[in-house]
Amino acid sequence: MLTNGARLYVDHAHPEYATPECTNARDLVVWDVAGERIMAAAGRRAEELLPPGHAVHLHKNNTDGKGAAYGTHENYLVARRVPFGLLTRHLLPMFVSRVALTGAGRVGSDAEPAAEFQLSQRADFFEAEVGLETTVRRPLMNTRDEPHADPDRWRRLHVINGDANLCEVATLIKVGALLLVLRAVEASALPEPLALADPLAAFRSVSRDTSLRAPLELVDGRRMTALDIQESYAEACADLVARDGAREGDDLVLRWWTRLIELGRDDPGRLAGTVDWATKLALIEAFRARHGLGPTDDRVRMVDLQYHDVRRDRGLHHRLAAAGRVVRLTTDEEVERAVVEPPADTRAWFRGRCIARFPEAVVAAGWDSVVLDTGGEALVRIPLDEPSRGTRERVGDLLDAAADAMDLVARLGGSPALPGQLA
Amino acid sequence: MSGSGRIGGEGTSERGRAEEEPLVAGRPPRDLLDGVDDLLDEIDEVLEENAEEFVRGYVQKGGQ
Repeated sequence: MLTNGARLYVDHAHPEYATPECTNARDLVVWDVAGERIMAAAGRRAEELLPPGHAVHLHKNNTDGKGAAYGTHENYLVARRVPFGLLTRHLLPMFVSRVALTGAGRVGSDAEPAAEFQLSQRADFFEAEVGLETTVRRPLMNTRDEPHADPDRWRRLHVINGDANLCEVATLIKVGALLLVLRAVEASALPEPLALADPLAAFRSVSRDTSLRAPLELVDGRRMTALDIQESYAEACADLVARDGAREGDDLVLRWWTRLIELGRDDPGRLAGTVDWATKLALIEAFRARHGLGPTDDRVRMVDLQYHDVRRDRGLHHRLAAAGRVVRLTTDEEVERAVVEPPADTRAWFRGRCIARFPEAVVAAGWDSVVLDTGGEALVRIPLDEPSRGTRERVGDLLDAAADAMDLVARLGGSPALPGQLA
Repeated sequence: MSGSGRIGGEGTSERGRAEEEPLVAGRPPRDLLDGVDDLLDEIDEVLEENAEEFVRGYVQKGGQ
């Protein structure tokens, strides 16, 4: 666990970064980009340990182009009372159609029909509609349900079908649009789910459709494009926000969401600079034209990979961003701050600040607890069951005032048994 | 913290002004392929000299 409340670890064969808990999509973008900076710094440090001439390359992507995929998992708290079947019916068309705006783009394919370029890095690796797996027979709708919060109130929605985005606008829409849709599901504010005739086939079809015009078949016989489906969600969410009021980030998400749908309808090429697949495709087409290369030439695949390099001086996306060729939503200053500081309005604040203030006393830190060695007989476990507690507003002063870990525990009430009682 | 305040409102900086424009136009400050020759020179410079070898050696083992 890091001082910004995130988790950085090795998952099987690659390093993985899990952002701290955020309350809104824009914060998530900031802490997601902070993760890129942390990875780049880790790579630089690792490089210093290597013999001269060796380099560490870290790519924020989802496939090696040789049959292996690795996920960018999104996690959302959803009200437990929403029936899982209903949630699934509402989300399958969302997952399939959002690829038009949130795909990171890739060269080649790992499933039929063969493709030279795809919108999604992940579409070829999904074989089920619903299931628990994440590495084999991957399902569009994953059922893993450890909420790391009160399970009577919350379900965890574990989304494994999305891509790692470099475009900040794409991350904003990937997370922000889904947050709005989930709120709409909770409020019963969506129309009847649009049932796709074959969600898995549709996922691959959208991924292969750079025109964004391919019609998808619905169970009721209608045909809609991915953008038509996105529009139906966006309209329902805009109505919900107009009716119930905007929460932080809603206006930004809705404006970009509708704008991207418009741009994609007009000409998908106009999504370059805000959507990763369109940005990458434009680069690749220009690169191929200059060098006279075929669509899946190794040098074209190299451009694909290099787009995702997290080093700001080597990664193509980062070079584009530095030149003002892609839209940024964050500032370098706030990202640098997010590398070390947690979001202020979730329990990540308590976790991250504990680690920053009392690093030698923190024996263990997880999503839902911090364990401190205060020098006493027993270790002290501070539960963080409620994600909206432990915020700067609630415990900031207390943390600042505590002289050491023992003093902190005393100020928290002195009892090791504080289940859910923190501030 | 209010969303719109943080996003558009810190607008005294250059960044703040730059953010207003793309929200209206849905575009970055500079077109992606503006001055494409310079951009492609940059890509050539950044790519590994032996792209073929790099791409072939790029294999993921394990993971989700």
